[in-house]
Amino acid sequence: MITLKINGATYKLNVAPDTPLLWAIRDAAGLTGTKYGCGRALCGACTVFVDGQPTRSCIMPVSAVARQPITTIEGLNSKTAHAVQSAWRQLDVVQCGYCQSGQIMSATALLNDNPDPSDEHIDAAMSGNICRCATYVRIRAAIKLAAKSLT
Amino acid sequence: MKKQRTNHEAKIVNESRRAFLKSGVATGAGLTLGIYLPAVLARPVLAGPVKTGRQTVTQPTLKPNAFVHIGTDETVTVIVKHLEMGQGTYTGLPTLVGEELDAAWSQIRVEAAPADATRYNNLFWGPTQGTGGSTAIANSYDQMRKAGAVAREMLVQAAAEKWSVAADGITVQEGIVHHRPSQRKASFGALVELAAQQPVPAEVFLKDPHEFRLIGKVLPRKDNADKVNGRAMYTQDVKLRGMLTALVAHPPRFGATPKQFDSAATKKVEGVVDVVAIPNGVAVLAKDFWSASRGRDVLQVDWDETQAFTLGSDEVMTRYKSLAQQRGRVARNVGDSQAALKESARVVEAAYEFPYLAHAAMEPMNCVIVLNQQGCEIWNGEQFQTPDQMAVASVLGLESAQVKINMLYAGGSFGRRANPQSDYVVEAAHIVNAIGGRAPVKLVWTREDDMRAGYYRPMYYHQLKAGIDASGNPIAWQHRIVGQSILKGTSFEQALAQDGIDQTSVEGAANLPYGIPNITVDLHSPDIGVPVQWWRSVGSTHTAFAVETFIDELATTVGSDPFELRRDLLREHPRHRGVLELAARKAGWGRPLPDGRGRGIAVHESFNSYVAQVAEVTVAGDRTFTVDRVVIAVDCGIAVNPDVIRAQMEGGMGFGLSAALSSKITLDQGRVKQSNFHDYTVLRLDQMPKVEVHIVKSTTAPTGVGEPATPVIAPAVANALHAATGRRFYELPLRFAP
Repeated sequence: MITLKINGATYKLNVAPDTPLLWAIRDAAGLTGTKYGCGRALCGACTVFVDGQPTRSCIMPVSAVARQPITTIEGLNSKTAHAVQSAWRQLDVVQCGYCQSGQIMSATALLNDNPDPSDEHIDAAMSGNICRCATYVRIRAAIKLAAKSLT
Repeated sequence: MKKQRTNHEAKIVNESRRAFLKSGVATGAGLTLGIYLPAVLARPVLAGPVKTGRQTVTQPTLKPNAFVHIGTDETVTVIVKHLEMGQGTYTGLPTLVGEELDAAWSQIRVEAAPADATRYNNLFWGPTQGTGGSTAIANSYDQMRKAGAVAREMLVQAAAEKWSVAADGITVQEGIVHHRPSQRKASFGALVELAAQQPVPAEVFLKDPHEFRLIGKVLPRKDNADKVNGRAMYTQDVKLRGMLTALVAHPPRFGATPKQFDSAATKKVEGVVDVVAIPNGVAVLAKDFWSASRGRDVLQVDWDETQAFTLGSDEVMTRYKSLAQQRGRVARNVGDSQAALKESARVVEAAYEFPYLAHAAMEPMNCVIVLNQQGCEIWNGEQFQTPDQMAVASVLGLESAQVKINMLYAGGSFGRRANPQSDYVVEAAHIVNAIGGRAPVKLVWTREDDMRAGYYRPMYYHQLKAGIDASGNPIAWQHRIVGQSILKGTSFEQALAQDGIDQTSVEGAANLPYGIPNITVDLHSPDIGVPVQWWRSVGSTHTAFAVETFIDELATTVGSDPFELRRDLLREHPRHRGVLELAARKAGWGRPLPDGRGRGIAVHESFNSYVAQVAEVTVAGDRTFTVDRVVIAVDCGIAVNPDVIRAQMEGGMGFGLSAALSSKITLDQGRVKQSNFHDYTVLRLDQMPKVEVHIVKSTTAPTGVGEPATPVIAPAVANALHAATGRRFYELPLRFAP
């Protein structure tokens, strides 16, 4: 039994200590907005915040994150996150949508750190998130739109 | 104001009606109607009791046909028969319904159609329900508009009855029915009950394009809210009571089968519930993914590899090249290319090589299945309803109609979820069958499973030879294609292969649009034991590269401008020429670029849509390069939603750019070398060029946009690299020869 604090709620989960956080979140806590894409931290679909930091949950064992606050796409409620989601909708970024939870988490983390990112900053922060629909043009534009809306 | 009955509209109605009266069955031009009218002619129905809270109430709903339901709460529900895998069907099809219904965009909701080909077949595919070939909008264009028009007519008739006025004086706008002379109006919801009592009109008149209010507008996607807050439901997210997660140990080589297995260690893993053999592997069932994964890690399987495929990619290519020395089956012959080559002043030759490609959708393949008293029920990003129903029915000893399928969002597909063998769906059926149906099963493939499961875009080899006369005009064109047939051995072989030619192997080559008087295109389709499948834009993924880089090479060989030569040779093809000229103009074709930069152009038709792209590249001293800017022109007929079209052009191009830059599946002694995104690399954000999309204005019926941007980028980039460096490229992914 392991206790996780996800989106402000406490979950007592019956999972092995080596279980990746991703599967604890999805299978045990039942929060399915965070996606499985590669299992090896190569695609970013599983990105969540651990103590505010963007983290690839697919390779992070739950034993390493007990007691730290975890935020998933379902728990995003900051002004920055809402600006990101709103920009995503305004520009119709999504296509299949499967990677977009991870994209939005990464974009929100970027804007938390850097309210006015350059193209190079966006490249650095977002190139770990694969989108096979290649919505990249709009992801970049939406990050800039969200940044603008926050100033 | 009454809508005008133009000749165009009358033609649609009359043709359909005649076909129906004549045959009453779905054939040819009557197909739309054969499927459509029975639903339309049926009496409208009031929905049964609806439960709200603890109270059971009867909620009247207008259900004039299988595609649109209107509730008293003003909600217009459009039942969409095509999978939403990113390409925008859940936005495009409702736009068509909403247009003729004159609904407000905000009142329209989307519901996935069930698997039922009698109502929801793809009208381009006969009695088959499914999504693919960039057909969703094209086959639905009349059908969905008629569905909306029928509902509108019933609402108008209801209003006329209610207000005792002539229907002529009634207009509809944004979900409100007006009678201006008497200054009366009513919402759809207020008219639903009365509308449901009106006869369903057998004939409806459709708008003329100049009357469109929703078509051609940028309307927000219907799926964008749920896809930014994590609520969108994919197969991976389905959870049923008592459901087990299954991972399968697949054979290390295609064609191998499990001989025996030792599950002792697996069964000791906490959470593992069962281990069962299925025809193509051994399934580990557990209470969750991680338990199944740990269980599979320690499973010992002994494989029978006597029938396994053991060649490497190099050996396959050697075989292809050897075949290319002989003439294949002729896919197209015009004039006498052999004689013309002999008369040519110059002959240019080139050969091109293409690797296997995985689809690598972000959501690896998966499927949820449960056996029940009615048969079985499936939850899936369902792209191929009818073939999947038949395949699962065959495994489980059911009738197709007993296979109920819930179509969920697909996390990409790029063709993969429309598998002619229904491979992963059948795998799920075998697993649930092997456990006697005692629990619902969610089959999950890991990324590695997905990457190594085959059903790749086949390897191909192309050999081209062209003859040029003394004035520099191409007079002969010979194109030989060698590659595995996608259709061979599938139920689609009969429908799509002609005279032994798999049309998906030669599309984009046999229909060469360039005005060259002597053309021969021939094909070898060797049997290779690697499972292959269509991959976004199918044959064009290789034919467009060969044709568009070779024509470029001919141009530079005779000292012509690659754009000008194409333009001259496309005299008879105005739509090709239209996009070519538009892309060139918008890209500033001919404007000089600094050293180390280059601009390349390519044009290609696929799925009846026309795309031209101009790519700009920068080549560094170490011969690495970046694609900086891509200008795209598209002619896809009437632009139903210009922003969705732009998105598909951006994304389709980006998908093709992955294959141009780096994606490649290689086999070594039959084993797939790649396993995940570290060695099967795909386009990332920092590699995405700036993109501009220009849409040709058109009044022609719309054609698809999901695929046609994909094949054009690789040749455009290769041609740009030539412009920058003087080197030609004969292989994908693009590599500078040492």
